[in-house]
Amino acid sequence: MRRILVSGAVALAALGLGAVAIAAEGHIPLKHQHWHFTGPFGTYDRASAQRGFQVYKEVCAACHSLSLLSYRNLTELGLTEAQVKGIAAEVQVPDIGDDGSAIERPARPSDRFKKPFANDLAAAAANGGKAPPDLSVIVKAREGGADYIYSLLTGYVPNDKLTPAQIKEFAVGKDDNFNLYFPGHRIAMPPPLTDDKVSYVDGTKATLDQEVRDVVEFLAWASEPHLEARNRTGIRVILFLLAFAGLMYGVKRQVWADKH
Amino acid sequence: MASQHGAPPVFNNKVIAWIDYRLPIFSYIEKEYHHFPTPRNFNYFWNFGAIATVMLVLMIVTGIVLAMNYQPNSELAFDSVERIMRDVPSGWMMRYMHMTGASFFFVAVYIHIFRGLYYGSYKAPRELLWILGVVILLLMMATAFLGYVLPWGQMSFWGATVITNLFSAIPLVGESVVTWLWGGFAVDNPTLNRFFALHYLLPFIIVAVVALHVVALHVHGSNNPLGIDPKGPQDTVPFHPYYTMKDGFGLTIFMIIYAGFVFFAPNLLGEPVNYVPANPLVTPNEIVPEWYLLPFYAILRAIPDKLGGVIAMFGSIAVLFVLPWLDTSRVRSCTFRPIYKWFVFVLVIDALVLGYCGAHSPDAVLDLGLIKVPLLAVARVGTLYYFFHFLVLLPVLGKIERPLPMPPSIADAVLKKKAV
Ligand code: HEC
Ligand code: HEM
Repeated sequence: MRRILVSGAVALAALGLGAVAIAAEGHIPLKHQHWHFTGPFGTYDRASAQRGFQVYKEVCAACHSLSLLSYRNLTELGLTEAQVKGIAAEVQVPDIGDDGSAIERPARPSDRFKKPFANDLAAAAANGGKAPPDLSVIVKAREGGADYIYSLLTGYVPNDKLTPAQIKEFAVGKDDNFNLYFPGHRIAMPPPLTDDKVSYVDGTKATLDQEVRDVVEFLAWASEPHLEARNRTGIRVILFLLAFAGLMYGVKRQVWADKH
Repeated sequence: MASQHGAPPVFNNKVIAWIDYRLPIFSYIEKEYHHFPTPRNFNYFWNFGAIATVMLVLMIVTGIVLAMNYQPNSELAFDSVERIMRDVPSGWMMRYMHMTGASFFFVAVYIHIFRGLYYGSYKAPRELLWILGVVILLLMMATAFLGYVLPWGQMSFWGATVITNLFSAIPLVGESVVTWLWGGFAVDNPTLNRFFALHYLLPFIIVAVVALHVVALHVHGSNNPLGIDPKGPQDTVPFHPYYTMKDGFGLTIFMIIYAGFVFFAPNLLGEPVNYVPANPLVTPNEIVPEWYLLPFYAILRAIPDKLGGVIAMFGSIAVLFVLPWLDTSRVRSCTFRPIYKWFVFVLVIDALVLGYCGAHSPDAVLDLGLIKVPLLAVARVGTLYYFFHFLVLLPVLGKIERPLPMPPSIADAVLKKKAV
């Protein structure tokens, strides 16, 4: 048995060495960040995520929907019910009135986040042919997750900083946006954030890095709102199973004591 | 077998006795899971049958809970899975247990199969038992493929498109077969509907085949690491409590690793693109199946011809059906097969290499420092080797290999090992 395991390990190691690298072309490593929500004890940084919501609301929401979230979900970020009511009420949503006519009314906490465009075609038409994707699960929907979104939002290079070779290789036109991390580099989204794009209600200095970190924290929460419950449950389950394994091991040894 | 312990058990509980007199389920349990004489020398590889059974039950339980909230409609499916994750109490746990559970079900079954290969568990008189196992593997693959389509993400949609399109390779009727499978002229709502119906059905067929698998197992009992038959009571122990407790311990360790993935890395084994809703107009950069199907996918793509690829892929499973007759050695366990033993490991490495090839574009180039190898070439060599192993090596080696001397009995081997 032991020999089988050892041989298996050797085989795996050989494979690991063999798989050194697929010859990758022009692949730029992501900017790895330390996130509050990684690891089995991870939680969301509420203050950061609330600021991130402000960034989403004031900047991203002009183009990106967040259709899987309702305003009421914001209470999970530590906003009060009254605050959430207020946030919802600022938004006008379509509905059908008592007499059956189409009306607009202030949103309620139970409403889903309002979409900026009526449909994907309208969204694409307004954005140079590419519809801005829904951001509800964006952090889970990209290789690299939060690090990728962070790198993307901080990864724009102004066209006048590009080398002629780069301009030629990626066919960067005058009005194109060049992003180091976007596959193919030409992205239909103009750089959404710059220093002082928002002025934070909590007084935090709004550098580009700060804004991006905050909005990624918010989007990570939006993608995986039950992460904290998952971690808590997971730790309990594993502790229980470890204790149970110890017990089972003892019982098993006891039972087998006379047989070997 | 029952004669081992003489008269049928007497139950003190009146109700149990009453039922058992009319429907002997309690006698059956007593006989098959309590007194059942089991070789005393199992190692931990023998845990994985029980583990796989538990995973099957777990998949069915979580699957039924998911089905209560899931919408098999192409407009609603993606959002309904996300609703399960967000709004259904503990829905995230059910979904992640099911999603990760599929992977761990395959982990258990692949280790279980490796055990069978290494210790020759497929040899007489267990050929049918082995064949039923291969049927279970095929049904699992079908079930997992169908299930992967249900969340209706990009990989669901394009995976379904690629795999169903394989049937178009059938001469003459291929195109009609594909249209029939789709229920239309593309993968669409009718496809999703029928895939859901079948995904719900197949696990129960698996349960039925598992039942047959277990019945076949209990005719001649389990094989063991020495591959020699028990010769008497000194070679066996009753299944309970010896193996119930050992299985219980092994299962708990397995569950710890499984829980680690469910709770701390539920998306690690999945493809991020499947969180992008299905879009028939946008093809993902690479269409890859889940990890457990990758070696077969590599074999499919290694053959330059479409029909040939499909035949090779199904052939890679088909050889397993005839494995008992391909292996000409009379010795079961690799413990006593000094040469073949190494080739079993080479086969495992081959399967891992094929899996690696399946995960990457065939145009990719492997950079080994000194040389650069196109991945397609690796996949082709891997495919050739896979069939070489079963069709050439096994039949030939059985004839020329000189097995090591075997101990006279299981008890003998166990006691000698203790004395050393
Ligand atoms: C002016 C409209 C606009 C604004 C404002 C905007 N985006 Fe975008 N965004 C787009 C468009 C258009 C795309 C699609 C880009 C493409 O596919 O080329 C996009 C794509 C993205 C992507 C996906 C990139 C990928 O890998 O596919 C992310 C993530 C993203 N935006 C985040 C944000 C965030 C966060 C904000 C707010 C800070 C924001 N966007 C603000 C228009 C916008
Ligand atoms: C052999 C047992 C089973 C296997 C291997 C299996 C496998 C899978 C897989 C791989 C998925 C995709 C998970 C994802 O990526 O989201 C899935 C989804 C699903 N399965 Fe199963 N499954 C099994 C049994 C069942 C049963 C018995 C049911 C119902 C009674 C069921 C219901 C569902 C539902 C509703 C989904 C969609 C929800 C989701 O994607 O999470 N499954 N299954």
